[in-house]
Amino acid sequence: MSNPVPGADTVYIDPLRQERSRKKARRDALIGIGSLLGFVVVIVLLVGRSSGWEAVQETFFDGDQFVESFPGLLQAFWLNVRIFLIAEPLILIIGLLVALARTVKSPIFLPVRVLSTLYVDIFRGVPTILIIFLLGFGMPALQLPGVPSDAIFWGTAALVLSYGAYVAEVFRAGIGSVHPSQTMAARSLGLSSFQTNRFVVLPQAVRNVTPPLLNDFISLQKDTALVAVLGPIEVLRRAQIDTSANFNYTPYVGAALIFIALTIPMTRFADWIQVRSARKRQAGGVS
Amino acid sequence: MSLQSETESFITVDGVWKSFDTHPVLRGISLDVAAHSATVLIGASGSGKSTLLRCINALETVDAGRIVVNSELDVTAFNADLDAIRRRIGIVFQSYNLFPHMKVLENITLGPTRVLKRSKKESVEEAMQLLTRFGLEAKAQDYPDRLSGGQSQRVAIVRALAMEPEIMLFDEITSALDPMLVGEVLDAVRELREGGLTIVMATHEMSFAKEIADQVCFLRDGVVWESGTAEQVFDAPQRAETQNFLQRVN
Repeated sequence: MSNPVPGADTVYIDPLRQERSRKKARRDALIGIGSLLGFVVVIVLLVGRSSGWEAVQETFFDGDQFVESFPGLLQAFWLNVRIFLIAEPLILIIGLLVALARTVKSPIFLPVRVLSTLYVDIFRGVPTILIIFLLGFGMPALQLPGVPSDAIFWGTAALVLSYGAYVAEVFRAGIGSVHPSQTMAARSLGLSSFQTNRFVVLPQAVRNVTPPLLNDFISLQKDTALVAVLGPIEVLRRAQIDTSANFNYTPYVGAALIFIALTIPMTRFADWIQVRSARKRQAGGVS
Repeated sequence: MSLQSETESFITVDGVWKSFDTHPVLRGISLDVAAHSATVLIGASGSGKSTLLRCINALETVDAGRIVVNSELDVTAFNADLDAIRRRIGIVFQSYNLFPHMKVLENITLGPTRVLKRSKKESVEEAMQLLTRFGLEAKAQDYPDRLSGGQSQRVAIVRALAMEPEIMLFDEITSALDPMLVGEVLDAVRELREGGLTIVMATHEMSFAKEIADQVCFLRDGVVWESGTAEQVFDAPQRAETQNFLQRVN
């Protein structure tokens, strides 16, 4: 006895089962939408009926104030963008170099290894805002010849040093995530240690840590606002000035909206990369 | 074999010791391999087969003893150029270890272009010839994750061959494979054997060992417990432990 053989790409699902799962999907969608609407109604009622709502609406969501301050905020935000664009590549370079320095084994490079370990320990251990204060006020005070005293320069430098330490650890984790058998295979072909890193380990390491790296950069976009403590008129400082001029907090909301407008697309992009690499890894299986 | 006199040895392993932390794996192992011959290492897991292979192409450094290739290349010398040794001795691993971020063709040309400094064009041509020889030419532009286990392992063999090694080491290359795919990989080894390459192979495939081996070495406790021709070791093993092992695997 033998079974009938269906065609190779035949897919067959019992119509009753199919109907049932379709019904379940429809019901789940309705429940989800209903729940979401209910939630929104509750929030609106709670906030709208709170005794302070009118005052808050006036001081935080003033249409005229918004229109008046927004162009200035946008203009100031250009400084944040520039800080970000300069800091980001420098952070990547420092992070990668420091991560590599911590992996070299040759005894002659012991000072490099010690220094890079110290760097990561110190700059990851101190709050970013404190590093900005220390560098921003301390370095110009030294009055060293040839050293700039510009607040934007030192604010950006502080961000680079602080994030560089984080990103170095991300890269180091990425290097650690590449299986040692990959190194062994490369060395067995006669590749040098440097070539093995360059062609086999690092490309895989960078791929593995792309999602956490993007996450750090979203974080950096926001932290450009910390440079405000040194005085440069970037978007947060601008909003602060507008706010104190009119006793109205609407510019803060405007500044928040500008940040969100930039970080949300970046976040979606990071999500997309993450999903894609997860799918690739699943499809891969063998490595 | 005809090119080499009976006494001359192409690979000489002389009293090699190797331990990991406090765990001894090789305990004064000695072994001679003639040029253009196939030597098969058999023995239980942990008997030192893999470690010996890795010592021969300097992926591991020995604790004591000497390994000399072609009576001129001292693999175990303190000042040995390890990259140069590995260039001349190919190895294929149980788990393929292909580079997942490179296409099949790139996996194969990496060594020739970067280590042997050949031109891209020349390397690609040679790689395509090798791929064709092993029936893999259609896979050249695929990433390793699109290959079956048998195809992956054959690509790994081609990758090692592209360096034109004088010796090929095979470290249980069929142990991770679906039984249906073992044959195609062994066919590739058979072909290399017929081409006259010097082969040292650790394997659990006893019938294949019997077929291709000029010399069979049964490893136990980090030494060669018994060795001889395939007929001697498989059909008339002299020592009780060898008999016992062969009974259990057959």
